[in-house]
Amino acid sequence: MTPSEQPVVSSDAAANTQAEISEDMRVIHSAYETGKAAGSLSEETQPRIDFPPYRSSILRHPTKDLRHTDPETIELWSPAFGHRDVHKLESDLTIQHNGDPLGERMIVRGRVLDGDGRPVRNQLVEVWQANSAGRYIHKRDQHPAPIDPNFTGVGRCLTGDDGSYEFITIKPGPYPWKNHHNAWRPAHIHFSLFGTDFTQRMITQMYFPGDPLFALDPIYQSITDQKARDRLVAQYDHDVTQHEWATGYTWDIVLSGSNRTWMDTEEDDK
Amino acid sequence: MSKLIATPGQTVGPFYGYALPFPKDSELVPPGQGGSIRVHGTVTDGRGQPIPDCLLEIWQADEHGVIAQRTGSLTRDGHTFTGWGRAAVDDDGHYTFTTVNPGVTEEGKAPFIAVVVFARGLLNKLHTRVYLPENPERLAVDGLLSDLPAERRGTLIAEREEDGSLLWNIRLQGENETVFLDFS
Repeated sequence: MTPSEQPVVSSDAAANTQAEISEDMRVIHSAYETGKAAGSLSEETQPRIDFPPYRSSILRHPTKDLRHTDPETIELWSPAFGHRDVHKLESDLTIQHNGDPLGERMIVRGRVLDGDGRPVRNQLVEVWQANSAGRYIHKRDQHPAPIDPNFTGVGRCLTGDDGSYEFITIKPGPYPWKNHHNAWRPAHIHFSLFGTDFTQRMITQMYFPGDPLFALDPIYQSITDQKARDRLVAQYDHDVTQHEWATGYTWDIVLSGSNRTWMDTEEDDK
Repeated sequence: MSKLIATPGQTVGPFYGYALPFPKDSELVPPGQGGSIRVHGTVTDGRGQPIPDCLLEIWQADEHGVIAQRTGSLTRDGHTFTGWGRAAVDDDGHYTFTTVNPGVTEEGKAPFIAVVVFARGLLNKLHTRVYLPENPERLAVDGLLSDLPAERRGTLIAEREEDGSLLWNIRLQGENETVFLDFS
């Protein structure tokens, strides 16, 4: 059956149990590990877009193979952002209102690199997240956790010459969703990233080490390889933590390779 | 060959609406400006139903084929063409950009707009292109289009409407599924 012929319940129906979703994920992961060991599957580094345990993906993933093509002209460039676009204070999510938001204040920092390890400099990084109670400022989020009047959960910054970014925020809480009965998302921060080529454009989610919800979450588990899943998990970094003020996490982001022919001058002063 | 392994993508989820859209995000040029056109269409799923939680971005050359490297996309001063725009679809899955027809960036190449698609339910970004329908001779020899089966080629070519708008629908799955691209 093609996906469109399958009897699909609403992706918000919360029709399945966690045990059923977990078993579906186990079967997919087990087939992947078996195939990898036998050499019939290569190591996967990105999520599968066809991953039925994530219910709303069933009717929303292309069923035909992506068409390989070489990037051309415009695709070898990226839009440019500058200080007229992003104010320095937009990277501090804790100062956007009259008071301090509730929750665990933290610093998240890291570098944005391309596939060759070059820093992606002066590029836009956007983040958004739930508050410490796991509630988004969004009309579609109606679960009964408190809204924090001092926290919106949206930030932006430009990377530095070394590709570095830094946000000050509070640790987001886990939140319930309706993928299946009693489904909870691990705490995460959404990241939106640009590279030097438009082909590198990406959106992803950063997670926190040791989250007990990892094994249960079909979005995180849509990445079949543990090594690849680990690349979305920030590290607690006591050197980033600041005395009597905030805990610190580091998370580096690697974009896909750049296809641009780099000038010697650009290489030299990186 | 890349030295580092890329970080995995994840879905944009349902709650980007208060974070990623910004004022005039879809207006690469002000509506009504001479030479401006509308690029619009509907995003549908495997059953042909509109997807109400999808975010699109376009990136293109100006009408002379010049690739802008100007800042200011997020502030939209009304004068600076940056070539990049963002549009969240409405509750009917419909999106609209106001822009200009992209010019030819390399001699003999067919002009197109680069598009990236994000949606709830879509676990990773998807890249695609929307080509202008004019100049069929040039489309016929385009490296990507000429390599596609005839029945799929049309999914990447917009329809020119009477008022000059480009109508281009995106089908994430099923009949007439849009061709999506892999650059790796």
